[in-house]
Amino acid sequence: MSTPAMPLADEERRDAQEQRLLTAWRIPTGWRYWSAVNNTVVGLWYVNASLIFFVFGGVLALLMRLQLATADNTLLSADTYNQVFTVHGSVMMFLFAVPIFEAVSILMMPQMIGARELPFPRLSAFGFWAFVIGGVFLCWSLLVDAAPKGGWFMYPPLTSGYQPGIGADIWLLGFSFIEVVAIAAAVELIVGILRCRPPGMRLNLMPLYAWYVLVAAFMVLFAFPALIAGTILLELERAFGWPFFDAAFGGDPLLWQHLFWLFGHPEVYIIFLPSVALVAMMVPTLARQPIIGYSWIVLAAVGTGFLGFGLWVHHMFTTGLPGITLAIFSAASAAVAIPTGVQLFCFLATLLAGRRARSVPMLYMIGGLGSFVIGGLTGVMVAMAPFNLQAHDSFFIVAHLHTVLIGGAVFPLLAALYYYYPLVRGRLLSERVGRWAFWLVFAGFNLTFMPMHVLGLLGMPRRIFTYPGGLGWETLNQVATAGSFVLALGLVLVAWDMLWPWRPVRRATRNTWDAGTLEWLQKDPDLPWGVRTVPIISTRYPLWQQPGFIADYDHGRFYLPDAAEGRREMLVTSTVDAVPLQCMRIPGPTFITLIAAVFVGGFFIAATFQWYVTSIISSLLGLATILVWLWTGTGEIPEKDEKDVGLGLTLPLYTSGRESPGWWAMFITMLGDFSAFVSLIFGYVFYWTLNDRFLAASASGPGVFWPVAGAMLIVGAWLLTALARPVLASTSAALFTFTLALAGTLGLLGMGALATALWDMPMAPDTSAYAATVWLLLIWIIAHVALGLVMLGYCAARRLAGRMTARYDMDLRNTLLYWHFAGVMTLITIGVVAGFPLLR
Amino acid sequence: MVPAGVEAAIIYQLFVWMTIGATVILVLMAAVTAWCMRGREQPGGADGSGRSRASTVLILGGGIALPVVVLSALLAVALPSVPALTAPLADPAVQVQIEAEQWWWRVRYIAPNAEPIELANELRLPRGERVQLWLSSRDVIHSFWIPSLAGKMDMVPGRGTHLALQATETGVFRGVCAEYCGAAHARMAFVAEVVEPDDFRDWLAAQARPAAAVAAPEALRGHEVFRQSGCGGCHAVRGTEARGTIGPDLTHVGSRAQLGAGTLANQRPRMVAWLADPARHKPSARMPPFHGLGEERLAQLSAYLDALR
Repeated sequence: MSTPAMPLADEERRDAQEQRLLTAWRIPTGWRYWSAVNNTVVGLWYVNASLIFFVFGGVLALLMRLQLATADNTLLSADTYNQVFTVHGSVMMFLFAVPIFEAVSILMMPQMIGARELPFPRLSAFGFWAFVIGGVFLCWSLLVDAAPKGGWFMYPPLTSGYQPGIGADIWLLGFSFIEVVAIAAAVELIVGILRCRPPGMRLNLMPLYAWYVLVAAFMVLFAFPALIAGTILLELERAFGWPFFDAAFGGDPLLWQHLFWLFGHPEVYIIFLPSVALVAMMVPTLARQPIIGYSWIVLAAVGTGFLGFGLWVHHMFTTGLPGITLAIFSAASAAVAIPTGVQLFCFLATLLAGRRARSVPMLYMIGGLGSFVIGGLTGVMVAMAPFNLQAHDSFFIVAHLHTVLIGGAVFPLLAALYYYYPLVRGRLLSERVGRWAFWLVFAGFNLTFMPMHVLGLLGMPRRIFTYPGGLGWETLNQVATAGSFVLALGLVLVAWDMLWPWRPVRRATRNTWDAGTLEWLQKDPDLPWGVRTVPIISTRYPLWQQPGFIADYDHGRFYLPDAAEGRREMLVTSTVDAVPLQCMRIPGPTFITLIAAVFVGGFFIAATFQWYVTSIISSLLGLATILVWLWTGTGEIPEKDEKDVGLGLTLPLYTSGRESPGWWAMFITMLGDFSAFVSLIFGYVFYWTLNDRFLAASASGPGVFWPVAGAMLIVGAWLLTALARPVLASTSAALFTFTLALAGTLGLLGMGALATALWDMPMAPDTSAYAATVWLLLIWIIAHVALGLVMLGYCAARRLAGRMTARYDMDLRNTLLYWHFAGVMTLITIGVVAGFPLLR
Repeated sequence: MVPAGVEAAIIYQLFVWMTIGATVILVLMAAVTAWCMRGREQPGGADGSGRSRASTVLILGGGIALPVVVLSALLAVALPSVPALTAPLADPAVQVQIEAEQWWWRVRYIAPNAEPIELANELRLPRGERVQLWLSSRDVIHSFWIPSLAGKMDMVPGRGTHLALQATETGVFRGVCAEYCGAAHARMAFVAEVVEPDDFRDWLAAQARPAAAVAAPEALRGHEVFRQSGCGGCHAVRGTEARGTIGPDLTHVGSRAQLGAGTLANQRPRMVAWLADPARHKPSARMPPFHGLGEERLAQLSAYLDALR
């Protein structure tokens, strides 16, 4: 586009706008740099941290390969090896594969969809700090020989009763902490994708990356809570002897496996989908051809998301389940090949229609495709129950899963590294070094994992610290070890190209690859504002398909080109059609997120060492910090109702209820919370249907009176909370506060009634799985009501401080939404706990 | 990899067919990818004009039709064998209870109208006869796997599982624990020997007998060491006063091929090394070290155990 000569005044106005935007979005400098919350900064930290954990996990992998290079090797002791393989798997899954997807999304999602920021920037920063604290704690445990050694799958009873020491607790509590923040990031990404797209970007115009991440984030939301629920059970058994998995007390070790794989299998797609998403961004650019089969890809991604939750039992084919179960899950597992195939062929069709595309990212994508296809084919093989009986827990599975994950996730990530490096760092990586590195990585990868297929077929089981000689396993193991070092060498070469300070710098030009998607609008990676102005979108590839788009953008001819009040502002739009609804102000830099992460982390870490007093103090401090954070950073009443956002559009500065992103975040968070709850209920029903001891013990349950009384009181509190909204509108602060106080009192009494129900139960929770389950369910409700009371208190204080009015009632609406969920959970719980024993 | 049992053969056959199929599909995919990568030298239409019939065929044919056909066929071939591999036998010729614990196998042959015959870490099977294994665990989850004979089956505390075997070849096969079960998981193996049915009956009859009386002077002194060191607190030697049930039954330990659940070959010098310090050979082994007895008495002890054939 040629720019027509602009009048001087226009240019001055533009410069002034840019100055104000720069000031508003400025990234702090000096030591205050670490208080930044901009997604471009936090995202970069996050990516770097995940990559460092990847290197750590990789070094552990090399250690294991060294140990297995010869028979009866004594390089690592059995105990060390068991810690190393446990930490390797856990780090790669929880500290690399999932975080890197959230990190890349935090770094790039806003710009991909033309948004200034994610809707809750401080939440991202909190998540990052929590991730670092939890991750470092876990890795530290290995260095002091106290690491978990129950495998990344942590099957009880090995981990519940046969591994003293704090290793398993570190795993359970440390990863719970990280899982919670992973869910928080998922909530933020979902709200960002659904509510912060630029005007005109209807759902069907969204970049495919956003679709994939949306699916993956929803999967995180429903999968991780199952693991958190399982983790709570296992930690309660370890710390207090509540025998959920102890068969002698009516527990069942298989419940853990169900909960773990209800998380664990979706996890594979949580890792895989966002990586394919990167492919879906790169292929069209490199082929210079809009993606072919957009709708097919979206359907396939969503389909994979749903199917992903129906396959978990194929990890349990050898546990003695009935043949019919095996057959059903074999078929379901095979079926997932269909949506996967659709996606691959859509990419191939795009390549076919486009121009010849040769580059380092393309190399990695094709290499990844090949590996992934091999992994997919062996995946179909192991999905067949008969073959699974042989392959399960052998090196064949080690080979299969690494082929899938490296082919399906690591290769696409490396492709994306080369592709997006210019965008993020402003310079290009070397094409020549890149090719060398690729061939080393590719050859090393195949040398490492292809022999493992054969080893598995020869009968080599997984997770063995050594093996006797003479079984014909030595040569193949040596090849695999050699291969792993070739692979590592390739990665070292990539790192050298990125980090070696004396490499010649090739500055990247704007839109290096001549792409059509919004993230490439950026001129300079150091500009902090996300986007100069929030554009109007009418096509899938605006840079290719909307004439004059870049010029309009550069001149700030779209929405929000200015920051007149010096505030960070972004547009909130409607979910489906992206109609502008609100100009949302978001908070800037702060250290409070770091402080909150330290205290919340302190809660988990102190609990690991069973320092419960410290743990409780730390959690209270964490709660207080979060309340201060919310008080000062959210629900602010703006100085005016509305604001001109440009192009003649005036939008409100404040929304509450269903329109507001905060309400959505609460709703989505509670969906996650609810799925953890459903996992606990699943536990109850699982025992109920399969376990006679459980059934027998339910004769001495909590009875009907106290549970029902508690439920009625809690429902009363819930109704009063609902009533508080009209009260807020019509009358004085005193009446409002009184209503909330009354609700709080009922809630408190309800908690007391439920506690009495537990107290009255003839069985202590450490004497039977039944009693433990009832205790846990009722404590779950009590804890939820307690948090509900804190929220009521917060609302009352906001009203008294004049920070909440009938018009600006976001806090109350969100609190009420929370109570809806808490109320429904209460009713279900009491129905189960008091009702099931009556059915006996 | 080469099957020596009916169950393993069923799986092996399925594996061979799947491998052939997978190779064909892989080659096909590589060819299609190469063809697609050929691309056009000229930039295609950035406006979406590149959509063509070829791409529709690719997506619907390759992405949907092909997998549906291939997978349906595969399921039709693979799944009918599931009942044969998982259901208990109606009329087993031999039944064995196997109970796993950290980190060894308690093996009990069920004898009609008699006490079960207990041994440890060793399984002998008659060729051509149908054997039913009843699997359980005392502590953590283990998994029973003889790759040459059949698939594996987990041993879950509180739940009984079962596995059917029918060996078709005689020979010595290695069995292992396939489910990670703690420190010495890698050292939890056993020997499965398939013999002709007649030899099997003779062997079983021998195993059913109490321990042979030892005669050699060194072995006699070894028996004394065994008694004085309290070995009988954990181990049983049927026909003697040793009745411990914590560790493996040693009634016929001299006849076994290996020591420490597949850790060492059963030869006297290794037996001495094992007795002196089991955990050196098998990390975290539950048996305490007996190097305090001194070389001479360890040698005598090993002579006694060796004589228990």
